[in-house]
Amino acid sequence: MLLSYLKIAWKVLMRRKFFTFINLFGVSFTLMILLVVMAMFDQLTGNHAPEKRNDRMLFISRITEKMRGEDGWMMNPVSSYFTDTYVRPMHTPALVGLTSIVSNATAFTSNKLLPLDVRYTDGNFWQIMEFDFRSGRGLTGAEVKQAAPVCVLNEATALTYFGTTTDVVGREIEIDLKRYRVAGVVANVAAAHLFSYADVWLPCTLSKDYGGAGRLEGSFIPILLAPSAGQVQAVRDEYQQVMARVPISDPKHITNLYSNADPIMASISRELMPMKHGLDGDGLAQFYLICTALALLFMLLPALNLVNLNVTRILERSAEIGVRKAFGATGTHLVSQFLVENVVLAVVGGLLGLGLAAGALALVNESHVLAYANFALSGSVFGWALVLALAFGLMSGVYPAWKMSRLNPVAALRGSGEQK
Amino acid sequence: MENLLANSSEPRTQPVALHGAVLRLTDIEKVYQTKTIETVALNRVNLTINRGEFVSIMGPSGCGKSTLLSLMGLLDEPTSGVIEVDGRAVTSFSDRELAGLRNLKIGFVFQSYHLINDLSVVDNVEVPLLYRPGMGSKERRKRAVDALDKVGLSARTGHFPSQLSGGQRQRVAIARALAGGPEIILADEPTGNLDSVMGEEIMGLLLDLNRQEGVTVVMVTHDEHQALKTERVIRFFDGSQVG
Repeated sequence: MLLSYLKIAWKVLMRRKFFTFINLFGVSFTLMILLVVMAMFDQLTGNHAPEKRNDRMLFISRITEKMRGEDGWMMNPVSSYFTDTYVRPMHTPALVGLTSIVSNATAFTSNKLLPLDVRYTDGNFWQIMEFDFRSGRGLTGAEVKQAAPVCVLNEATALTYFGTTTDVVGREIEIDLKRYRVAGVVANVAAAHLFSYADVWLPCTLSKDYGGAGRLEGSFIPILLAPSAGQVQAVRDEYQQVMARVPISDPKHITNLYSNADPIMASISRELMPMKHGLDGDGLAQFYLICTALALLFMLLPALNLVNLNVTRILERSAEIGVRKAFGATGTHLVSQFLVENVVLAVVGGLLGLGLAAGALALVNESHVLAYANFALSGSVFGWALVLALAFGLMSGVYPAWKMSRLNPVAALRGSGEQK
Repeated sequence: MENLLANSSEPRTQPVALHGAVLRLTDIEKVYQTKTIETVALNRVNLTINRGEFVSIMGPSGCGKSTLLSLMGLLDEPTSGVIEVDGRAVTSFSDRELAGLRNLKIGFVFQSYHLINDLSVVDNVEVPLLYRPGMGSKERRKRAVDALDKVGLSARTGHFPSQLSGGQRQRVAIARALAGGPEIILADEPTGNLDSVMGEEIMGLLLDLNRQEGVTVVMVTHDEHQALKTERVIRFFDGSQVG
C-alpha cells in the first residue's frame, strides 16, 4: 500500500509541476535558513576543535556589580588577580585555564600592515583546548610564568608573515614593535569559537591588564574544566559558594556582586536574555523556548501557505477521494495517503534545502564575513533537516488530510467539496 | 480466466442462483434539507434485491434513482428507514464498518468511469484491494490482472486511462468493480457516456457477469432498450416507486 501511495504521490507531484515548484520552494527555502542557523549554532556549541570538550568546559565570562541607589549594573570580564585568588584554588575543577578577551595588534610584513586578533592565555589553556597543531606546541606554564616572549600563530598569520607554514617554529615575529619567538602553528580557528579564536596567542603575563591586585574586573575569562560532564554542576555550585565569599571592594557604590561559571550555551543565553545577573538562572530554558518558538513561527507561515494550496488541491481530486471511499477506503486510509504525499514533498524539499544550505554556508565561508569560518553540515544537522522536513510535512498535511477524509463520498464523486 | 466479452452475444441463460435477499430497503426516506427548502428525494421506498438478480432502475432525471443507488451502496444514509445487507441492518454501523462492508460486498460502476488518471489501468483496478486487510501486493496484482482478463483488457495493464477509449475505460471500471469479488455491482448509467455500439458491449459484459459469475447487478439507466434486457425493471417517479 505504501508503494502505491508513493507512486501516486510522485505522479501527482510531477503532474502539477508549478504547484510542486511553489511547494518545494517554500519548504526548501525555509529549511535552508533553519539549517544555516543550525549549522552556525552547531559550530558555536558543538565539540569542535579546539573546543572539543565543550560538554566539560565552564566559562566565567564576566562579573556583574550592582550599583547603589540606581538601577545601574557594571559588567566586565574578571581580572587575573580574581582568577588567582578565587578561581584557581577551587577544588572541583580538574583544570583552571585563563584566556583574555581578544584585542587588536599589528604586525608588519615586508610590504604591508597585518592587523591581528591577539589573545593572552596561560599554560592550562593549552591543555584544556585541543588545538590542531600544524607544527610546534602551545604555551607552557613555565613560559607564561616567566613572561617569555613566545607566541602561537594560526596558519593564516604564519603564511602571511613568513610566506610559509613550515619551519616557522623558532623564528621571530614582530607584533606591535615587540619580538616574539614562535612556539607553534595551529590550524585556523573560526571566530565562532568565542573563547579560543585568535590569530596570535601570547602569554597572559605579557598583557598590560595582567595582575591588577585587588581589582575584580579586568579583561580575562577563566575557563574551568570539570573532571567529567556529570560534574559540571558541582563546579558551578562551588563557584557560587566562592562568589558568596568575594568581598565587595567598594561598598559605598556597589551593593551586590554576581558571576557565574556557565557552559557555552548558558554563557551565550545569559548575554542575550535581559537581566539575568544570576538572580533567576541563566535564561537557557527561555532562550531555547524562544528559539523553538521562532523556528516554529518561521515554519508556520510557509506551512499555512501549503495548507491552503493543499486544500485547493484536494478539491481538485475530490472524484478520486469519492472513488476510494466508495471502494472501501476509511478516513484513516485517506489521511495516511495524503500525509505520505505531503511528507514525500517535504522530504524532497528538505533534501533540496540541505543542498541550498550547503551552498549558502560555502558562500558564508568564502565571503570572510566571519574570520576563518568553516561552517559545515554535520551529521546532526542532516538529522535535524530530516526531522524538520517531517515536521513540515506533517504540519502542512494534517489539516488538509483531515478535511479530505471528511468529504462526503457522494458529493466528492459529483466533484463538489461538500463535507459530511 | 475466461473472457466474458467472448460470450456476450450468446443467448442468455437463467441466473446462476437465487438465494434470498442480498439487499433490502424498508420504508426508506431521504430528505434533503436546506434553511429554506425541504426536498424529498425518496419517499417510503420498499425494495428487495435478491441474490443473483439483474435489476434496472428507471425514471426521469431527478426522480431519486441515483440517491437510491447511493443508499444501496452505503455511501449515504437514509433520513429514515432500514437498509439490510445480507440480512444485517447497517443503521448502527460506524463509518469504518460501512467502508469495510463496501469493500467486501459492493462494486461500483459510474457513468463517467471515475478512473484515477495518475494510475495505470492495473493500478486503478487494484484500488479496492488496497483496502483489503492482509492482502499482499502479489495477490492484489494477480486479482487485478484476472479482472482485466475478464473484461478483455489484459493487454492494456500498463496503459493510462487517458490512452483508452470511452468503452475501454468503462471496461476498466467494471474490472475495478469486479476485482474485490463483490456480491453486488451497482452501476449508475454505465452506458450513459458511450455510443450505442460500446453501450451494447458494456451491457453485454454486465449481463455475462451476472449470468456466469452470479454477481447481483443493480443498474440505473435512462435507456429503455437496455433496461428491458434485465430481469426486473423498477420505475421511479418523484421519489416514489411506481412500478
